[in-house]
Amino acid sequence: MDRIDARVLTISRLRPFRSSATTFGVLIGSGFRRYSTYRQATIAGSFTNIVFGFLRCYVLLAVVAGTGTQRAAGYDAEQLATYVWVGQGLLAVIGLWGWTELAERIRTGDIAADLLRPVAPVPAYLAADLGRALHAMLTRFGPPLLAGAVFFPLHVPSRWQTVPLFLLSVVLAVVICFGCRYVVNATAYWLHDARGPIMLWTLGAGVLGGLYFPLRLLPEWMTVTLWLGTPMPSLLQAPLDVIAERDPPGLQAGLVGVQACWAVLALSLAALVQRRAERKLVVQGG
Amino acid sequence: MGELRAYAALLGAQARSVLSYRASFLVEVAGNMGATVFDVLTVLVLFRATPRVGGFTLEQALLMVGISSAGFALADMLVGNVDRLKVYVRAGTLDAVLVRPLPALPQLLLMDLPLRKALRVVFGFTVLGGAIAINDIDWTPARVALVALAPGAAAAFFGSIFVISAALAFWWVESGEMGAAFTYGGRDFTSYPITVYGEWFRGLFAYALGFAFVAYQPALALLGRTDPLGLPGWAGYLSPLVALLAATVATGVWRAGIRQYRSTGS
Repeated sequence: MDRIDARVLTISRLRPFRSSATTFGVLIGSGFRRYSTYRQATIAGSFTNIVFGFLRCYVLLAVVAGTGTQRAAGYDAEQLATYVWVGQGLLAVIGLWGWTELAERIRTGDIAADLLRPVAPVPAYLAADLGRALHAMLTRFGPPLLAGAVFFPLHVPSRWQTVPLFLLSVVLAVVICFGCRYVVNATAYWLHDARGPIMLWTLGAGVLGGLYFPLRLLPEWMTVTLWLGTPMPSLLQAPLDVIAERDPPGLQAGLVGVQACWAVLALSLAALVQRRAERKLVVQGG
Repeated sequence: MGELRAYAALLGAQARSVLSYRASFLVEVAGNMGATVFDVLTVLVLFRATPRVGGFTLEQALLMVGISSAGFALADMLVGNVDRLKVYVRAGTLDAVLVRPLPALPQLLLMDLPLRKALRVVFGFTVLGGAIAINDIDWTPARVALVALAPGAAAAFFGSIFVISAALAFWWVESGEMGAAFTYGGRDFTSYPITVYGEWFRGLFAYALGFAFVAYQPALALLGRTDPLGLPGWAGYLSPLVALLAATVATGVWRAGIRQYRSTGS
């Protein structure tokens, strides 16, 4: 009995990583499946995106026509049309609005169930959100882009790196948006009712994200300050400028670099807020 | 009289419940006003790039924005929350409303009267007032009457659109954000001179649905400009009539919806 089998104690160094990667993957899959059950809402949402695409596209094209130079804020007409229609497609992918699930769970006390799980809340919710985004990319991204391509001449990317950069930029935007929404929702840990912060977020993200108008129409100092000082332009403006090839290749890649920094920052902040909240949390309800 | 008292009780309960969360209420008041402020800022930003959009100057465009946002804010405050109907249909709350001895629509509106949207109405009318001041309007009695009626007509029109798109939920519960294409979409549409839109899109929204008569035609009539799209000068004075027509259609659609409503049983 004095001979202990040492092999039992040898644990594969990769195993914890592999199992958490599997868990993460399974959570992404379940997020995807959850949203694939809302088929009618997908159709209704796409319809609305397309109507708003027409509204914004016509107005911006009228602005270009009004300048008399065929360009506005550094975009030509085709680039602006691409900006609008890809933007309408991305709106659901990024999931800018409407996520109040975490705040609701905190308010009702359901969050207690999340805290008991062996997966930390931030990665678990992130995985579910990535699944949601993947589903939206496959269903909600195409229709507005198709409608735009049928009715307006769009800008076709001419650089080889544009499409891969765009995809990377979209993934980063989804992560940044998730991190921001998580922090906004997590204010419910302290406030119980996060309606106020959620409303301010809804308001700020649309305008400062570049949905209502390209931020490049603002004075340059203001655009740069927003871009470096807030995560908002990294949500929509950055992927849209990448796909529209608004800037020379160096700056185009730089926009994605800025996004990467914001993605790290947003996730760290979400994790930090979650840790602080867990220290003082009193679960509501009975 | 008893009916009025019942409505007053519903309204009072609503006001008390809203005011018990004072900080949330204040943030929501500010946030709601911010939404309209940003809509107006968007117009200002677009005009930074060019002196004319669709052949109109910033001052003239602001007159349209003013009528549109004053009307929309008023409609959104009074009837905007009817778009929660799909939630009520799905949750079965509507059944409770229908068994009470009061008409369903006023009850639904008072169940969630958004006092938080009040400041936004003030802002909308401020923009309209400013726009009237900076434009050189040749005042006639007809124009004075029009400027007094136009925001109300716009509100009635938007209100009708709110009711019609919400009533969609009677036939299609999962209609989701579809109504927003016509309510918020209509507000965006009417905030710009309709000359900017493509022909068939304009035909659909402006003339078939009637959005041209919300802000564009009344603004032309106030400014005394001929319509580059060819409608006669008196078209702007039709806006109260168009609003009345829309309200009639909305009433019909609402009644048809209520008649064919089947409870989800939950």
